[in-house]
Amino acid sequence: MKHRLLFTGKKLIRMLLLLLGVSLAAFLLMSASPLDPLQTNVGQAALGTMSQEQIDRLEDYWGVNDPPLQRYLGWLGDFVRGDMGTSLLYRQPVTQVIGQRLQNSLWLMAFAWLFSGLLGLALGLLAGANRGGLGDRIIRGYCLLVSSTPTFWLALVLLMVFAVWLKVLPAGLAVPVGVDAASVTLADRVRHAILPALTLSITGVPNIALHTREKLIDILESDYVLFARARGERPAAILLRHGLRNVALPAITLQFAAISEIFGGSVLVEQVFSYPGLGQTAVNAGLGSDLPLLLGITVVSAAIVFCGNLIADLLYGVVDPRIRRGAARA
Amino acid sequence: MKGIINGRQRALALLLLALVLLCAVTAAGALLSDRAMVTDFSRKNLPPCLSSLFGTDWMGRDMLSRTLTGLSLSIRIGLLTAAVSAAIALALGAGSALLGGWADSIISWVIDLVMGIPHILLVMLISLAFGKGFAGVTAGVALSHWTSLARVVRGEVLQLKGAPYVLAAGRLGQSRRAILRRHILPHLLPQFLVGLVLLFPHAILHEASVTFLGFGLSPEQPAIGVILSESMSYLTTGKWWLAVFPGASLVGVVLLFALLGDQLRRLLDPASVHM
Repeated sequence: MKHRLLFTGKKLIRMLLLLLGVSLAAFLLMSASPLDPLQTNVGQAALGTMSQEQIDRLEDYWGVNDPPLQRYLGWLGDFVRGDMGTSLLYRQPVTQVIGQRLQNSLWLMAFAWLFSGLLGLALGLLAGANRGGLGDRIIRGYCLLVSSTPTFWLALVLLMVFAVWLKVLPAGLAVPVGVDAASVTLADRVRHAILPALTLSITGVPNIALHTREKLIDILESDYVLFARARGERPAAILLRHGLRNVALPAITLQFAAISEIFGGSVLVEQVFSYPGLGQTAVNAGLGSDLPLLLGITVVSAAIVFCGNLIADLLYGVVDPRIRRGAARA
Repeated sequence: MKGIINGRQRALALLLLALVLLCAVTAAGALLSDRAMVTDFSRKNLPPCLSSLFGTDWMGRDMLSRTLTGLSLSIRIGLLTAAVSAAIALALGAGSALLGGWADSIISWVIDLVMGIPHILLVMLISLAFGKGFAGVTAGVALSHWTSLARVVRGEVLQLKGAPYVLAAGRLGQSRRAILRRHILPHLLPQFLVGLVLLFPHAILHEASVTFLGFGLSPEQPAIGVILSESMSYLTTGKWWLAVFPGASLVGVVLLFALLGDQLRRLLDPASVHM
């Protein structure tokens, strides 16, 4: 037990250091940007008509003149106390903006994550069990095709088919247009989330399906499967008892590591469907040079990714006793 | 058929085919780049027909020329970024494995750091730091795609470092540089080349994505990301050809690169394919 705690503690410290690095890197990148936030948000024409005093006030607001190090340390000090500053575009605390948007995104990503994981695992098992057969070829072809398709184009095509031609699903946003916030039903929300969630799920499948297939082929060639066959076990039983059990663990790890991909996909998908989630907000913040908000989103998304990796590491130890013993020895 | 051509010859033929097609697209795009900007308001919003195979847009520009120019741009950016990424991966991966100790931990930490930020977000951030445009998107894609290949190179070099024939060469008194050049590098090359080619699809897809979001190439350039982002405002009025053909062609180019990588692996590393 003691070494498990030690292992977790070490991982946590490493994670915090990485988060610190992420925030510093993101901050440096943004302050290195030659793009002038005043030009982007106020516009050249408006700036021309303003007095120097007004421009000074605006420069103060967007923090153009403070030295970067001082700004970073100020941000870090506030961050530790749970204050991520104020979004310059939305004029709300960053924590509040992120909290709201994350709620919208989280449902989307959680569904896509789970669904693509299960579908990928199933397809991978199917392909691996029929190696070289027709099903295997179709599944492999499908995986190659999907992983070569830009996520945002897939979203566009689905939007055209289901929203423009068939008119069965809404084309965008998270709630119907022109309806009171109070009278939006759960069914409305679900209907608006179907297309984005579907796109995200489809793009998440190939990675896990191909990985599962490779693993299953390795396992089916092992001695213990040969022995099981010699004992007269049915192929289905072999697949479930020996295949699935051994494949599930690396598949789960891979799926936790894929959170970063799903997040990246959600940025594109939300942009296409105008879905008010974290990804779309990140794009707005980037285009509008909203430093505090983009910094906050980067740190939060990196924290989600690192948590995923941490859970994967810990799960490995819980499920596989060999790794637990290995960690104890180290 | 089996008797006449063997697997290696087939792989070579496919590889050459993919290469020729990609070169043809690049050249066609470069030649057509002037036509891609020509507007003709008497031929607005034409659906695909014989005179313009991919249709025309709301300014009467020929979508086929625009698509080919965009693809050519994508391929050239892909080549540049993948080459830079692979060079970084080779330097850091091999350096990490050969130097060991502190250098190794720092490089591994940096790899974890880069992998921790979702790819799209990182490319966006780097592109902002370089002021968007061509420089921004190239730097963004080049500086964010080296991590997994660096890990592969590091693992491979670590394994080679302990391989009996490398140890024997050391005992025989060969200098470190000679060992690196004559024993480690040739062994590393096939894996590295395949990794390099397989970087192209990612590089191209991410360039298009980031341009689509507005952090990449400028709206005046007919890049695939720009074309698709413009088409968004015309989709609801049923102008499907503005989005379908450019996107499908991009998928085709990415598939060609995947094919290229796969056949290259078949030729350079036959053992892994037949397993």
